[in-house]
Amino acid sequence: MCLGIPGEIVELPRDGSDVAKVEVVGVRRAVNVGLLDEERLHLGDWVLVHVGFAMSKIDEAEAAATLELLRGLGEAYDDELDALSRSDLDLDLDKN
Amino acid sequence: MRFVDEYRDAEQAHVLSARIAALCEPGRHYKFMEVCGGHTHTIYKHGLEDYLPESVQLVHGPGCPVCVIPMGRVDDAVAIARADPDVILTSFGDMMRVPGGTGSFLDAKAAGADIRMVYSPLDALKIAKRNPDRRVVFMAIGFETTAPSTAMTVLRAAAEGIGNFSVFCNHVTIIPGIKAILDSPDLRLDGFLGPGHVSTVIGCRPYEFIAAEYGKPLVCAGFEPLDVLQSVHMLLEQLDEGRSEVENQYARVVPWDGNPRALEAIGKVMELRPYFEWRGLGFISHSALRMRDDYARYDAERIFDLPGVRVADPKACQCGEVLKGVLEPWECKVFGTACTPETPIGTCMVSSEGACAAYYNFGRFTRERVKEAARA
Repeated sequence: MCLGIPGEIVELPRDGSDVAKVEVVGVRRAVNVGLLDEERLHLGDWVLVHVGFAMSKIDEAEAAATLELLRGLGEAYDDELDALSRSDLDLDLDKN
Repeated sequence: MRFVDEYRDAEQAHVLSARIAALCEPGRHYKFMEVCGGHTHTIYKHGLEDYLPESVQLVHGPGCPVCVIPMGRVDDAVAIARADPDVILTSFGDMMRVPGGTGSFLDAKAAGADIRMVYSPLDALKIAKRNPDRRVVFMAIGFETTAPSTAMTVLRAAAEGIGNFSVFCNHVTIIPGIKAILDSPDLRLDGFLGPGHVSTVIGCRPYEFIAAEYGKPLVCAGFEPLDVLQSVHMLLEQLDEGRSEVENQYARVVPWDGNPRALEAIGKVMELRPYFEWRGLGFISHSALRMRDDYARYDAERIFDLPGVRVADPKACQCGEVLKGVLEPWECKVFGTACTPETPIGTCMVSSEGACAAYYNFGRFTRERVKEAARA
């Protein structure tokens, strides 16, 4: 919960929404980037995701190191990734 | 994985280790607290104590949010879940096995309560949207790392006029927790490894009083092995030079001034409570957040009747001493015997970020026993 998972931005927010799509080890998920508005986000940028929200922008080196660190945690990381993959944060999906 | 190697370079670790040893004054003992459970993990997993001289001791702090939740708050949440068959209680997975006085969330779930694990408060809001005839409560826990997410979710609920969603707010703030440790008479510390991810939100400035008023250096530290070693080196350098300042080793992630948007979201939705009970540390003034009056309709504490009873921790459990860094996890009476990750008595063994779980999972217990046997 507190460690944060790095995700690569693969889709930018559209229509003024705070929702971007990130990819984390092959899992593509909606993430709220509303706390990073002041930073300009680009495709391919990396962000640190805590409980569905991108809390900070990080560089690729930091992302790679953090992912490696998380893998080393074993079960805790598996649980977090599992929870992320079952999560469905794009609230606007209901409107589609 | 070239980058990872840079953070883990064994040669660099040995260089840092030698520099650390060179900075230690002969005959002096140094005690640094790593505030965050993430650091505890790194230290145990990579055996970083082996890179430190005997005179440098790392002790674990109160930085695991699950570990500091008192049993009475777990019971309050269970009471909410049982209040009405219409209620759906949601929380992070870490909370599910935390024992309350009347059992855990898993026990309550087995007894028929609708309790669901979510990854994000946004998941809880989505459950509320999909179940307009139910009342969905999110049990919010965590330090400033997760509080902005709860605040943003409430703002979203308010913007969309979702009326069947509320928050049982148990967010705690790190600074009063550290201050309580500093004021504790049974612990002498020489400095702190500051929590990396809490600091992405609050920045480094709020720690300045620790250096200025208590004369203890603090270094905001990253989570890689070399980050931790470098942070220890920075702390020793300050002590060697007679300085006590706040420094940022984790500047690649932590901005000095934090995340203004996150702080704004918290401030809009939540305010400081006059006091809050922390497991093992007791009641601490202005150490937790509650919902502001403007968001009363999203405040589970105002919607539901809560028992609000203080439940004493089990006598055998010494989580309090572990959280304060007074005891090493393996020194607890029930560690590894009655209390294991499978059958946890205390919160420090439940949470993956807890010192006891980290200690147990990375086999340091066995190591200490071997060392003890060798000494005998």
